[in-house]
Amino acid sequence: MSFDPYASSRETTEGRVYSVTGGDWDELSTEIGATKEERVVVNMGPQHPSTHGVLRLILELEGETVTEARCGIGYLHTGIEKNTEYRTWTQGVTYVTRMDYLSPIFNETAYCMSVEKLLGITDQITERAQVIRVMMMELNRISSHMVCFGTGGLELGALTPIFFAFRDRETVLDIFEKVSGLRMNMAYIRPGGVAQDVPQDAVADIRKACRDMRKSFKDNETLLVGNSIWMKRTKDVGYLDLAGCMTLGVTGPILRAAGMPWDLRKSQPYSGYENYDFDVITTDTCDAYGRFLVRLGELEQSLRIIEQCCDKLDQLAGQPVMVADKKIAWPAQLSVSADGMGNSLSHIREIMGESMEALIHHFKIVTEGFRVPAGQAYASVESPRGETGVHTVSDGGTRPYRVHFREPSFNNLQSTAAMCEGGMIADVISAVASIDPVMGGVDR
Amino acid sequence: MTHDEGMFGVHGTGDTSGFGGLVRTGSSSGSSERPYGSYFDEIADDLERAYPEFSDAIEAVVVQNGELTFHVKREKLESVARTLRDDPKLRFEMCLGVSGVHYPDQVGRELHAVYPLLSMTHNRRLRLEVSIPDSDPHIPSLVEVWAGNNWHERETFDMFGIIFDGHGGLTRILMPDDWNGHPQRKDYPLGGIPVEFIGATIPAPSERRSYQ
Repeated sequence: MSFDPYASSRETTEGRVYSVTGGDWDELSTEIGATKEERVVVNMGPQHPSTHGVLRLILELEGETVTEARCGIGYLHTGIEKNTEYRTWTQGVTYVTRMDYLSPIFNETAYCMSVEKLLGITDQITERAQVIRVMMMELNRISSHMVCFGTGGLELGALTPIFFAFRDRETVLDIFEKVSGLRMNMAYIRPGGVAQDVPQDAVADIRKACRDMRKSFKDNETLLVGNSIWMKRTKDVGYLDLAGCMTLGVTGPILRAAGMPWDLRKSQPYSGYENYDFDVITTDTCDAYGRFLVRLGELEQSLRIIEQCCDKLDQLAGQPVMVADKKIAWPAQLSVSADGMGNSLSHIREIMGESMEALIHHFKIVTEGFRVPAGQAYASVESPRGETGVHTVSDGGTRPYRVHFREPSFNNLQSTAAMCEGGMIADVISAVASIDPVMGGVDR
Repeated sequence: MTHDEGMFGVHGTGDTSGFGGLVRTGSSSGSSERPYGSYFDEIADDLERAYPEFSDAIEAVVVQNGELTFHVKREKLESVARTLRDDPKLRFEMCLGVSGVHYPDQVGRELHAVYPLLSMTHNRRLRLEVSIPDSDPHIPSLVEVWAGNNWHERETFDMFGIIFDGHGGLTRILMPDDWNGHPQRKDYPLGGIPVEFIGATIPAPSERRSYQ
């Protein structure tokens, strides 16, 4: 075989290994066709545009049929759990928000809920803070599902959905920026409440965004629901029934697409979810198309919840958004000014000009942090991908002793083998896209 | 394992605040007294009925922060897990993984494995905790009971060096296969690990770039 810059091969102890990078592989496929080997092991990824991130799929193929599928992960491992042990409880929020980077608010909320459990202040979180958390989570659910539709569409060769999806995602990110100052990884939810109140004019913007999105969601819906190409690529593909979900610990849209109406917002309400009207969307098709329909239905439910949040925010105007206990509450008062977010001038005036004690308190709690009673706690929220659970352990100090995230992406990705083996290689893409793994969360 | 000091500003205990003077005692696990409250008594009663060796297998029952924890002897872990999963009154059909915790000060029980369980049938939660010595870091695998624990056990092995006996393929999952040490143990430093480029050839400085 002559040298091909895009497709070379070499002998190894495990057999002949071919490395292909791009371009035309005619010679290579001729050579493989001539060998007696019936089975080929293909490394798909970790730098492959259709694997939803730095995921490496190790596929054993017989022709175009996948006989075995395994995942290689860890390419995005950043040691976030270890890092949190070296920073204060509040600084931990800044780390955990970067795990599953498409659902930062859920990571933050789950983490803060477990810290609040350890502190024993769960019932002291003000109603306004809870409403803001719920509103931010539901907005985040929309922006996360939008990436699922957009990239999932791209992976199946549908180029239009991502334009509709990212247009709507942009609307949500603009709201995030207005509320928290940041579009992603906001570290906005803090132990004890939220970092700052929602700006006064934001509620009107959110109401308008809800009205706009309710219309614009229709674009992807009319494009994809019932679309014959989309149905052929997703229907009866990536099949995982209820028994499979249960034994593999799969939660979220995959479980609900298997007909199980399990949603922590309904079954084990937190942050006051019991006070909102919304439905749990299910289908019973157990396939990639069913998961798509579940996510699509959840968008509308999220809008319903956000609109109820806006009404509640109007009623609760003026309520604090942080616990009253000054030994825990973040002392800095933030405000948005012309040049972005920063410390509010009135707070700076107080600590620098009026009260020595306030300055000492501010300095101590920001540098040293607050102490959390020894013990362990587990808190979980229904994230866009399933149950995000946080196991935190404190030894009584100002830093976490251990923070462990039970990431739904990490857990659900295990079902790849069950969904893909025995199917066609093209359906692997569909199945993985329907799991919607976020590698930042998988590898942490 | 070689380790460079002075990186990332972390020294000694890693207390970056410099103001803490922290005394780290670790959490003690004294058994709670009945009644446990909430649905916890029912779970304990049902397990005692369905699992006659209850008093032998369960070292302690701890109720803390509104959560129930059974400290289980590792020899009994698998049979307790099976009972919790299969008994119709218990039905903990989902295990949400396993989280390791390293307590170097608890001599003889340095490594803990924590299993959060969920019963969808009864909408209840429960936590199992197993404590083992660092010198004998073996715990029976629960993959046979909850297949979803496969990757979680690999992660806990990777990060803490706990060996799950009976696991079909206990290999590292997040760190590279040839990594030394288990990063989330307390005796493992944060940062300072030299970066290895295995198999890479480094050209002489004079040949790295040519600007001729």
